[in-house]
Amino acid sequence: MTRSVKRTFAVFVEDKPGVLNRVASLFRRRSYNIDSLNVGTTHEPGVSRMTIVCDADTDTARRIEANLYKMVNVLWVDDITHKQTIDRVLALIKVNCDRDQRDEVLKICEVFRARAIDMSPDRITIEITGARDKVEGLVSVLKPFGILELVQTGTVAMTRGVEKHDLAHPTVPASRNDAA
Amino acid sequence: MTPANPKLKNRIGESLSGAQIIWEALVREGVEVCFGYPGGAIMPAYDAMIQYPVHHVLTRHEQGASHMADGYARASGQVGVCIATSGPGATNLITGIATAMLDSIPMVCITGQVPSALIGSDAFQETDITGCTIPVTKHNYLVTKPEQIAPTIREAFYVARSGRPGPVLVDITKDAQQQSCVFEWSDDEIVLPGYRPDYAPLPEQLEEAVALIKAAKRPILFAGHGIIKSQATDAVIEFVEKTNIPVACTLLGLGGFPATHPRNLGMMGMHGETWVNKAIQDADLIIAAGMRFDDRVTGNLKTYAQNAKKIHIELDPAEINKNVWVDVPIVGDVGEVLADLLPHVEQCDRSEWLDYIDEIKGDSAVRDIKNLPDLGKLYAAHVIHDIYRFTEGKALVVTDVGQHQMWEAQYYKHDYPRKLLTSGGLGTMGFALPAGIGAKFAQPGDSVWVICGDGGFQMTQAELSTCAQEGIKVNVAIINNGFLGMVRQWQEFFFGGRYVATPLLSPDFVKIAEAHSLTGIRVEQRSEVEEAVRVAEATEGTVVIDFRVEQEDAVYPMVPAGANLHDMIQRPAAPNQDHNPIFETGEDE
Repeated sequence: MTRSVKRTFAVFVEDKPGVLNRVASLFRRRSYNIDSLNVGTTHEPGVSRMTIVCDADTDTARRIEANLYKMVNVLWVDDITHKQTIDRVLALIKVNCDRDQRDEVLKICEVFRARAIDMSPDRITIEITGARDKVEGLVSVLKPFGILELVQTGTVAMTRGVEKHDLAHPTVPASRNDAA
Repeated sequence: MTPANPKLKNRIGESLSGAQIIWEALVREGVEVCFGYPGGAIMPAYDAMIQYPVHHVLTRHEQGASHMADGYARASGQVGVCIATSGPGATNLITGIATAMLDSIPMVCITGQVPSALIGSDAFQETDITGCTIPVTKHNYLVTKPEQIAPTIREAFYVARSGRPGPVLVDITKDAQQQSCVFEWSDDEIVLPGYRPDYAPLPEQLEEAVALIKAAKRPILFAGHGIIKSQATDAVIEFVEKTNIPVACTLLGLGGFPATHPRNLGMMGMHGETWVNKAIQDADLIIAAGMRFDDRVTGNLKTYAQNAKKIHIELDPAEINKNVWVDVPIVGDVGEVLADLLPHVEQCDRSEWLDYIDEIKGDSAVRDIKNLPDLGKLYAAHVIHDIYRFTEGKALVVTDVGQHQMWEAQYYKHDYPRKLLTSGGLGTMGFALPAGIGAKFAQPGDSVWVICGDGGFQMTQAELSTCAQEGIKVNVAIINNGFLGMVRQWQEFFFGGRYVATPLLSPDFVKIAEAHSLTGIRVEQRSEVEEAVRVAEATEGTVVIDFRVEQEDAVYPMVPAGANLHDMIQRPAAPNQDHNPIFETGEDE
C-alpha cells in the first residue's frame, strides 16, 4: 500500500440525466472522499467531462477507476495525477476596501495575476484563475482586508501537449449519433 | 439472439401501445414466466399482458416477486423477470434486488411510474425508484416515452446477463404505457459506448500464473460462484484432475465442483470445515477462481493465508485487490482462463500435501455430529443429512439464512451446479420459499426442497398461498428450534448467553399448511424423518414439514467474525453436556 495523495481523475461520461448522481453515489457508497467534482459539456455532443479530485492511495485509485468503468454511462476514465497537467481553479473574492486601500489591493492583484472586476466605494471584487495553491495564496493575503464573500470552482484539469483527450479511445465509437 | 417465439405474431411496424411493447420486448427476450403484483401505475401493462404468451405468477408481496425472479434466474441461468407498480410496489422489490445484486444474479425488474407530467410532484404512489435503486442495481432506467420502451428493455436484458451479471430496473411511466407508437425491434448486437463486459486475460498474467503453479508445493484452488456462472464445472474438473490440486468451495460455489469428488475438501470460511481452513492457512499458493474474498471467507485479513502466493481469476476488475492483495490477477471468464492454463500446467501427484490434509481431516471428523448417535434427540444436522440421503443428493435445495443454511452447506453434498440456491452476500431471511417457487418454475422436473428456519419462513410464509394458487409443488422443511438460531448462537458465544429477542413463538405450521389446503407433517423423532421425506416426495402438492429440532444446538466449527481463520471454535468434546453426544461412530456413512 502506498500513502494517500490527492488524485485527479478525468472522467468522460454520457451527457444524460442522473449521471452525475450515479458517479457521486459511487464515491459515497464506497467511502471515497471527494475533494472536488467539476462537470461540464465537451466539444463532443453527448459527452460530459468531469474532473474529480480525491484522496486515495495507488490501490484505491485503481479501484475507483475500475468501479467507474463498471458504470454503463461512463465512457473513459483517466487518472492524470502523475501526468503533466494544467490544473485550474476559478475564484471570485469580494473584500472590504476603502479608497485608501485600493492601490494596495490592486497591486496584490497584479502580483497574483488576478483582476478586479467590480468596485464600489468601500469594496472590491476580484477574479482569479490558477492552480489551487495560487488561489489559496491570494485569499490569505486578502484576509486582513476582510473577505465579505468567496466562491470558487473545483479544479478542472487537462493534460499538456500531445496527449489528447479527443475520445479517439477504441471504446468510444467515432459516430455517436446511433449510440444514445 | 433468442429465436422469435412462434406464439408471437409479427407486429413490427404496427402501431402498438407502450404497454403492448413491454410484452413484445419481454417475449422477444425469451421471457415465459414473470412474477409480479399489479397496481395503479402498471395497470396498462397488466391489461395488455393477456395478449402475450407469458405466464404471470401473482405473488403475495412484491418482495416475493423479486426473490422468485432471483430463484428462477439462479436455477435456470436465464434472466428472471419481476413486475410491480410504482411507490410501495417498487420499494417492496428492493430487498430482492439487493439480494440479487450481492450475488450477481441477472434479473430485470419492470416497475410502473406515475405519469411523466406528475413526476416530482409527490403524486399518489410516487417514489423515485431509480434514485432509490442506484446502489443496489447494476444499472437502471426511467422511461417516459413509448418509443424508448423496446430499446431500453433490450438493453436492460443485455446489461443484466452480460459480464458480471446483476439486476437491472426499468421504470416506465403510466403515460408511456398508454401512448402508442410504431413498434420497432432490432436484433443487432448491442453496443454501449461506456460498457465493456468482457475482459480477456493478458498473456503475461497467464505465464506468471503457470510459473507459480509449477513452483507450488502446497497449492489450493478456490471454487466460487463464478464457476457456476461461467459454466466452468468441466474446466475445473479437468484442471484439478491434471494438477491434483485440492479444492475448497465458497458457500455460493457449492455444486460448482462435485462435492463427492476426491479432491473436494468442502466449504471454507466462517463455518467451513477445520481441515479446509487449516489447509488454506498452510497453503503456499491460492488459486481463487470466481470468488471475491468476502469477510465470511477470510476472517482476519492480517493473518489470512500469509504464506500463500495468490492468483485471482475474476471477471470484475474492481474485485482485484479489494480485500486481499494478490500476486497475479487474471481478469477474465473463469472457464476460459482455466482452459487457457490447462495445457501449460504439469501433471503432478502431490501425495505429501494431500496426505497432510487427510491427516488433519481425520482429526476433526470425529467431532462431526453426523457421525454421532442422536440419543433420542432430533438434531438439525441429522435432519439435513437424512434429507440428503433420502433424496439421493439430487434435490434442488433452496435455503434461507441462518443455522440451517450452514448445516445444509455442511451436510447436503451437492454434486451438480445450480442445485443449491442461497442468499450468500446479502444474507436475506425470507429468501427461501419465494426463491424456491421461482426455481420450481425454472426446473419443473426437479424435486425442489426449501429448507428454512422457523424465523425466516415466517417472513415470507404468505407465499404458501402462491404455491396453492399456482398448484406447484415444493417441499418445505422448517428447521424449527424455537429461536432465531444463529443470533441465539452468537448470544451464547459472544453476548454472555443473554437471549434478547431471539426466542420465537411460532404458529402451528402443520395447521398453516392445512389452512392453504396443503399437506403438513410434524417430525419430532429421528426415526420419523425418512417417512416424512418420502411422503413429501410422493405427495402431489406442496408439503410443509415442521422438524422440531434440538433448541440450543450450534453450528460448528466457527470462526468468530474478524478472528483468525485458524482459530476455530470446535464442537465441544466434553461428554457431560447432555446435548453433546459421546464419541461413537454413528450409522451414517
